[in-house]
Amino acid sequence: MRIGSGAGFSGDRIEPALELVERGDLDYLAFECLAERTIGIAHASRQSNGRLGFDPLLERRMRTVLAAAKQRSVPIITNMGAANPLGAANAVIAIAREMKLDSLKVAAVLGDDVTEIIRHGDFPLLDCEGSSRSLVPSMVSANAYLGAEGIVAALQQGADVVITGRVCDPALFLAPLIHEFSWKMDDWTRLGRGTLVGHLLECAGQLTGGYFADPGRKDVVGLARLGFPFADIDQDGSAIFSKVAGSGGSLTVATCKEQLLYEVLDPRAYLQADVIADFSEVTIDPVGDDVVAIAGAKGHRRPDTLKVSISYDDGWVGQGQISYAGPGACARAELAFEIVRERLSLTGVVVNDLTLDLIGVNSVARTAPIEALEPREVLARISGRAHDRSSAERIGAEVEALYTNGPAGGGGASSATRKILAIASTLIPRDSVEVSVEMLVA
Amino acid sequence: MLLSELAHVRSGDKGDTSQISVIAYRLGDYPLLAEWVTADRVAAHFPGLACRRVSRFELPGIGALNFVLEGAMPGGVTRTLALDAHGKTLAMQLLSLDIPDDLP
Repeated sequence: MRIGSGAGFSGDRIEPALELVERGDLDYLAFECLAERTIGIAHASRQSNGRLGFDPLLERRMRTVLAAAKQRSVPIITNMGAANPLGAANAVIAIAREMKLDSLKVAAVLGDDVTEIIRHGDFPLLDCEGSSRSLVPSMVSANAYLGAEGIVAALQQGADVVITGRVCDPALFLAPLIHEFSWKMDDWTRLGRGTLVGHLLECAGQLTGGYFADPGRKDVVGLARLGFPFADIDQDGSAIFSKVAGSGGSLTVATCKEQLLYEVLDPRAYLQADVIADFSEVTIDPVGDDVVAIAGAKGHRRPDTLKVSISYDDGWVGQGQISYAGPGACARAELAFEIVRERLSLTGVVVNDLTLDLIGVNSVARTAPIEALEPREVLARISGRAHDRSSAERIGAEVEALYTNGPAGGGGASSATRKILAIASTLIPRDSVEVSVEMLVA
Repeated sequence: MLLSELAHVRSGDKGDTSQISVIAYRLGDYPLLAEWVTADRVAAHFPGLACRRVSRFELPGIGALNFVLEGAMPGGVTRTLALDAHGKTLAMQLLSLDIPDDLP
């Protein structure tokens, strides 16, 4: 059975998904599009317009692949429902009618929205002090990471398209395996293997040479035409990974090893709603050009809790940037920072964590500084937090004012302000969540 | 020699934690990596990170080490002021780790 990966993040490229549907001989196509914070942003969007709150690219993606997928009887599974799976399903139905795809069945998987459970309960936060109650006043959304169960139910009801909100990313790929192979929901070994398949496919191009190329050390051919991967999985959960012949990129033992460990902490305990997968003894073997066999995942009994992401308003970030060049560029950037700090203070603007990054010197580098010649140019980035928008905007305004009121030779100033939607995580009892499926027909 | 001659790497993130895999190009170099690239040396390589803890997981079967840098992104991806909010660039910075040429 063959599953293709049509997207690895919300803004991913669309062309490789169509290539997979048209030339990949797929049985299923899954799109993973929902990062930790994306769903909070989607909730904010739904609050401003009740018909929105799903992935902004949903309609474009569906217009691109829906007809080709329906013609070849390839079901589509995606978490593009984000904060509004039912709204997304309705949008797909509208597109299906417009494209005359009669009787297309679109399922929305519901139950991940646990805002009311968090609002009325109190749960310790993971990774930080405190409990969920403290976040309730500024809470925007709370979503539980569901497992495969709702998607499996939708497939059993004959869905052509299954749209979820928050589910564990690998569950998008595990679900069709459970459905096709009738795997039991306590067959921990097979669920562990299916989770490995999902984990490797869920970032799409990151398995086929994306996020990999390092010229001279790790070259990737045809990266501009990067193809997305698919896997051929057998009843036992062993899998062979490949991509469409002639597509760009490369799928090798090395790309698979990098993706195996990507965002994995303890490889013996990859926590999912359906299983605790164990990747510690996985084997990765070359089979041919762009063909790799992967096996040996294990699984242990699933946790009794579900992970929940709580998004909440956490004020604003203001930022301004300005470039300096020539001898003394860094010293002028540092002087600029001190001037901005003092002016904000003099005018009574309350900002926190005001930070100077010298882009080109220390903005992303975290290793020990090296003695070097002064850079020819530096971009000073000054950012800080504020409780309200107008205070945050003052940071960028003071950076732009450096043109005529700051050090010599500042150029190319710009400013930006953004709202912070922060994320905290907690665990809630599994049995407090009820998963359901709503089926719509075009 | 530099780590870049022996291994390739990839960064991922979970909350305020960064994860860096270090994978030997040749399986035969794994014992050397396992001996030299310790959690302490990785922590010391990043004085600009305020990690609560750095731990290491070993995967000899595929010749890889997995490092977990807790607290590497203060406030997490969503709150941090850092330009590279996800810590995507960290793994490549680890490639400049120096490995003595005369290890047995």
